[in-house]
Amino acid sequence: MLLWSAAARSTAWTVLGLLLLLVYGVPLGLILLASLTGQWNGVLPSHMTLSHLAGTLRAEPAAQLRASVLTGLAASLAALAFGTWAALALRRVRGGARRWLELVFFLPSALPSISVGLGLLVAFSRPPLLLNGTVWIVLAAHFVMVSAFAYGMVAAGLAQLPAELEQIAESLGAGPLYRLRRITLPLLAPQLLAAFSLGFALSMGELGATVMVYPPSWVTLPVGIFGLSDRGAVFDAAALTVLLAAGTVAVLAGAARLQRLAGGK
Amino acid sequence: MTRPADAAGASYAGGIAMTGVTVRYRGTVALDAFCLEVAAGSIMALIGPSGCGKTTALRAVAGFVRPDAGRIAIAGRDVTGLPPAARDIGMVVQSYALFPHMSVVENVAFGLRARGQPGPAVRARVAECLALVGMDGFADRLPRQLSGGQQQRVAIARALAIRPQVLLLDEPLSALDAPIRRAMLDELAALHRDLPGLTVLYVTHDQGEALTLASRIAILCGGRKLAEGPSQALYRRPPNRFAAEFLGQANLLEVAVEGRVLGGMATVRLGDTRLKVPDADIAGARALLCLRPHDITLADASAACSAACNLLPAELRMVHWQGERHLLELCVAGQTLRVSLPPLRMPPAPGTSLALRFAPDDATLLPHEPG
Ligand SMILES: Nc1ncnc2c1ncn2[C@@H]1O[C@H](COP(=O)(O)OP(=O)(O)OP(=O)(O)O)[C@@H](O)[C@H]1O
Ligand SMILES: [Mg+2]
Repeated sequence: MLLWSAAARSTAWTVLGLLLLLVYGVPLGLILLASLTGQWNGVLPSHMTLSHLAGTLRAEPAAQLRASVLTGLAASLAALAFGTWAALALRRVRGGARRWLELVFFLPSALPSISVGLGLLVAFSRPPLLLNGTVWIVLAAHFVMVSAFAYGMVAAGLAQLPAELEQIAESLGAGPLYRLRRITLPLLAPQLLAAFSLGFALSMGELGATVMVYPPSWVTLPVGIFGLSDRGAVFDAAALTVLLAAGTVAVLAGAARLQRLAGGK
Repeated sequence: MTRPADAAGASYAGGIAMTGVTVRYRGTVALDAFCLEVAAGSIMALIGPSGCGKTTALRAVAGFVRPDAGRIAIAGRDVTGLPPAARDIGMVVQSYALFPHMSVVENVAFGLRARGQPGPAVRARVAECLALVGMDGFADRLPRQLSGGQQQRVAIARALAIRPQVLLLDEPLSALDAPIRRAMLDELAALHRDLPGLTVLYVTHDQGEALTLASRIAILCGGRKLAEGPSQALYRRPPNRFAAEFLGQANLLEVAVEGRVLGGMATVRLGDTRLKVPDADIAGARALLCLRPHDITLADASAACSAACNLLPAELRMVHWQGERHLLELCVAGQTLRVSLPPLRMPPAPGTSLALRFAPDDATLLPHEPG
């Protein structure tokens, strides 16, 4: 920031902090508050309870958390692998062809997720590709929704890598796989982690496509939350949301830690 | 600093031959039917102004750009169609391009590991190469923890670790400041004394580096080779105006060729003065006389012209004091002439008429080209 006086800088930070608090903090804080609420008629809850949060420890929410985390991991890891491959493959492609392919990648993210779900439902409801009613169609939906982000992040990271590093490696006798493993991927680690994290977070929160395709055996947390709030169980929905947030943060923190361990040596 | 001699020094034995190499980048011709031969074990400097194609030539030898025409051979083997890894080259680029996530040791070991050499052999060779460039104390540092000069040494060690036939250096000193550059230049020369069989192609835009380090110099301009020769000969007898001006400072005076004398000498006229200079194969009656500023001295005005020298009357325009030298700017027959002299006790005043003296052998006749 181009503010030199200490007073101006602290004012700017305060204003920015308040704005962020308003936009991010207040909704999340209210959800947390609602998850602890027994009754809420006035401006503030009149009665607090831990029973909603305790309810998330029951079998059904736990199964939904498991479905969400597994879906998120599978979809984001698949998206990461595919996005990285696509970014590497398209690196040498220039101009129009590449722009068209990127458009195809990014299009699902521009469409309402419900439409994506509908499309998958129509496409995979008859043989030979009969995925309807299985976990696979949920995974496919999540993959479609998050793969463009993985591709975009890895491609941006690749564009930043000096070409000379790989050329020098090549001149030293490193084959394509060796270069990928020892030079390109290690240098892309921050982008890979970011791509995985964003993909996982998006998948954990994915609702629109999932409601269109999920089988009864694979209810994700957002679907559960939607069901509860639809039935008017707002405080239980809030408690499930807290569970969803906690699960997401736990996985993302674990991934960041893994990377630190791998990179720190 | 003492350097261990490289045990495998003798295995470096391969020259470079580029014949008719043309490289086009989407229409622009970066290298135009370029020919260059670098003898095994020699240092060739490739110099020229920015954008003239030096890096392109080097990258063509390395295999990073594919020539549109021409052949490239290393150690007598045609490598035109071979990938970089199969060419037996070590390369150091301007930015060093050290692998930022690897320590100094891992950087130097990279090529050996990629070639699947066993651990003990890799460790021994890495230690040898780090000692060769005087970096043995920095084995576990990351590149970002090194100074520019140290990074450069690691880059050279990394390139040499695989015992290449040929070392390609692209402006390796340009990122360093002047004192370190001079020291590194000495170290490069020492390195080559330790590895006498190593063929080096050294790209620079700095003529000083080229003259100091290389036994031969090629001058590039606009993708074409304008001159090539042993460094001293190229400096003393530049073949054309561009070479004379690019390699060191030169006075280029327009003269009229009057006649040829026996013994390979020619008489030229500059204003009213006749001068004897070595003859050159020049068509037409007009030519350029190339005189280096430090090859000219002041003569006593009364001195007679002996057979062994030329006297040239001139009028002093300006005197610049440069500490260790005096630079005189004079007017000779309407043309400007610069003379570089050891410090003068009593510099003459501007406007004074002076007599200049130079040995015929220090002058070179060049074809007449307007500047
Ligand atoms: N990848 C590229 N695409 C298009 N044109 C290029 C490319 N690389 C180089 N050129 C052009 O080719 C010509 C030669 O470039 P080159 O890099 O070989 O010059 P150079 O002599 O190394 O210059 P410098 O001293 O500035 O490094 C220049 O005109 C440059 O603009
Ligand atoms: Mg260059």
